[in-house]
Amino acid sequence: MTERHWQRKLVDAMVRGLCLVATLAALVPLGLVLYYVTSRGIGGIDRAFFTELPKPVGETGGGMANAFVGTLELVGLACLFGIPPGVLAGVYLAEFGERRFAKLVRFSADVMSGVPSITIGIFVYTLIVLRTKSFSAYAGGVALAVLMLPTVTRTTEELLRLVPESLREAALGLGVPKWRATLSVVLRTAAPGIATGIMLAIARVAGETAPLLFTAFNNAFWPTGLGQPTASLPVQIYTYAVSPYDDWHQKAWAAALLLVGMVLILNVSARLLVRPRVRSR
Amino acid sequence: MTQSVSLLGATTSARDSTRSSARTSAPPTTDQPKMRAEALKAYFGATEVLKGVTLPVASHTVTAIIGPSGCGKSTFIRCLNRMHEVVAGARVAGKVLLDHQDIYAPDVDPVRVRRRVGMVFQKPNPFPTMTIRENVLSGLVLNGLRPKDPGELVERALRQVALWDEVKDVLNRSGTSLSGGQQQRLCIARSLALEPEVLLMDEPCSALDPIATARVEELIHELRERYTIVIVTHNMQQAARVADFTAFFYLGELVEHDRTDVIFTRPSEKKTEDYITGRFG
Repeated sequence: MTERHWQRKLVDAMVRGLCLVATLAALVPLGLVLYYVTSRGIGGIDRAFFTELPKPVGETGGGMANAFVGTLELVGLACLFGIPPGVLAGVYLAEFGERRFAKLVRFSADVMSGVPSITIGIFVYTLIVLRTKSFSAYAGGVALAVLMLPTVTRTTEELLRLVPESLREAALGLGVPKWRATLSVVLRTAAPGIATGIMLAIARVAGETAPLLFTAFNNAFWPTGLGQPTASLPVQIYTYAVSPYDDWHQKAWAAALLLVGMVLILNVSARLLVRPRVRSR
Repeated sequence: MTQSVSLLGATTSARDSTRSSARTSAPPTTDQPKMRAEALKAYFGATEVLKGVTLPVASHTVTAIIGPSGCGKSTFIRCLNRMHEVVAGARVAGKVLLDHQDIYAPDVDPVRVRRRVGMVFQKPNPFPTMTIRENVLSGLVLNGLRPKDPGELVERALRQVALWDEVKDVLNRSGTSLSGGQQQRLCIARSLALEPEVLLMDEPCSALDPIATARVEELIHELRERYTIVIVTHNMQQAARVADFTAFFYLGELVEHDRTDVIFTRPSEKKTEDYITGRFG
C-alpha cells in the first residue's frame, strides 16, 4: 500500500517536473530575445534616432525617423485594405454563408495563412509593382493586408460563432432586419474579441520584412507620397544588420527594440480592449 | 398592396376599437379573433412538426398552449410572428391571420410582422453590450426610430413590468447584471417598448425560480388589459392561473381548444383529460 503510494507520488513529481522544464525551455529563448534586443538596442535609442534621417554610408549618427514613420504608414494602409474585407468575409462566413461556398472560402483562408510571406511579396510585386513601374507604400500596404486577411477573417468568424443564438433571435424578434441585427447586436457583442484578433494580426505583420522587400522597398529619405518607395523598420533592420558598419549594427538593434516595443504596446492594448464597456457587476 | 401598407403599422384604429371593448364582465369568446392560424403546417427539413393547426386567438385575452415536449407548442407560436423560418431548413405552409390579413402572404415583410407581434423567449436574453436603459430602447433604436421622450418611455416600460423600482438607480448598468427574473422582466419591457399588439411568450418562466415566476404571472394578468397574449407553458397550474383560453397540442396537432376552466374541469377529449390529470406527458 505505501509502496503504491510512493510510486504514485513519484510519477506525479516526475510529470510535474517535466512540464516545468518544458515551460522553462520555452521561456528561455523568449527571455533571451528580449534581453539581447534590450541590452544591445537601448544604447542606440536617443533623440536623433527618432528625429533624424539615416546618414550616408561612412558617416556616423543620424536616425531612423523615416523608417518609423514608414512603418506606421505601411501598417495603416494594411489596416485600411485588410480589415474591412477581412471582417466582412468573417461576417459572411458566420452569418450568411451557404454551406459549400463558405467551406471553400474557409479552406482558402486557412491555406492562405500558411503561405510564406515572401510569396505574397512576389505576388504583389507582379500584381502592382511591375504594372505601376514603381515600388510604393501602396504595394507594401497591399502585401501586408493580404497577409492579415486570413487571420482577420477567421478570427471574426470564430468570435461571431461564440455569440449566442438567443441574441440573434432577440433582435429579430424585435422586428429588427437581419443586416441590422448582425451589425448592431452580433458584431457589437463580439467586437472586443474581434478587436483583439485584429490587433494581434497587426502586431504580426508590423514586423514582416520579406513581403516589403519587393513592394515598399526602402528609402533613405522622408516618404513624400504613397506612390514612392518607403522605408520601414524591418527592412531597415535587415539592411543595417547585413552591413559591415558597427554604427549601423547598433542602429539595427535599436530599431529591433523599437519594433518589439510597438508590438508589445499593440498586444497590451488588445488585452485591455477585451474588458467590457458596461460594468456587469 | 393593401396588406403591406397596413402592415406598416397603420392599424391604430382597429386597436383602439378593440381596446375599448376589452375585458367586459362576460366570459371571453373567440368570436373576434386578433389572430387566427388556419391549417398551419410547419416543417424542419422533411419533418412535419405541425400538422395543420387551426386556432383562433381572441383579442385581449391570454391563450395558453400546453402539451408534452415535442408536441409543436414552441414551433406554433414561432409561426405566429414568422420566427420559425429564421432557422435554416424551416418552412411553413397554411395561413396565419393578423387582423384578417395573412402574415404569410407574399408581399408581407416578416420584419413588420415581428414589430406588431412581439416575442419573449424561454431564456432571458438581454443584450449584454447594452445598459438596462439601452436594452429597453433597443427595439426602437435598432429599428432606426427616435423616441420623443426616451426617459419617459424607459420608465413607462419598466413600470409596466414592475421593474422600475428595482432598477431606477442602476439604469446604466449592463442588462446582464440583473438576476434571471429581473432579466426576463427586462426582456418583456424591451418587447413592450415597441407597443406590439400581440405578445408571444415561449415558456417565459422555465428558467425562473418560483418567486420570479409569480411576478411574471402577475404581470401577464396586468398586460392582458392592453395586449393579446399567447403563452407556451409546461406548467399546467400556470396555464390554469393565467390563461383565459387553453389549447392542448399533441404530436403536432391541436387536440382541444376551449376556455381554460372548461379544459381543466370537463375536457371533451380523452387525450386532454389524460394529459391534465398526469396520466401521460
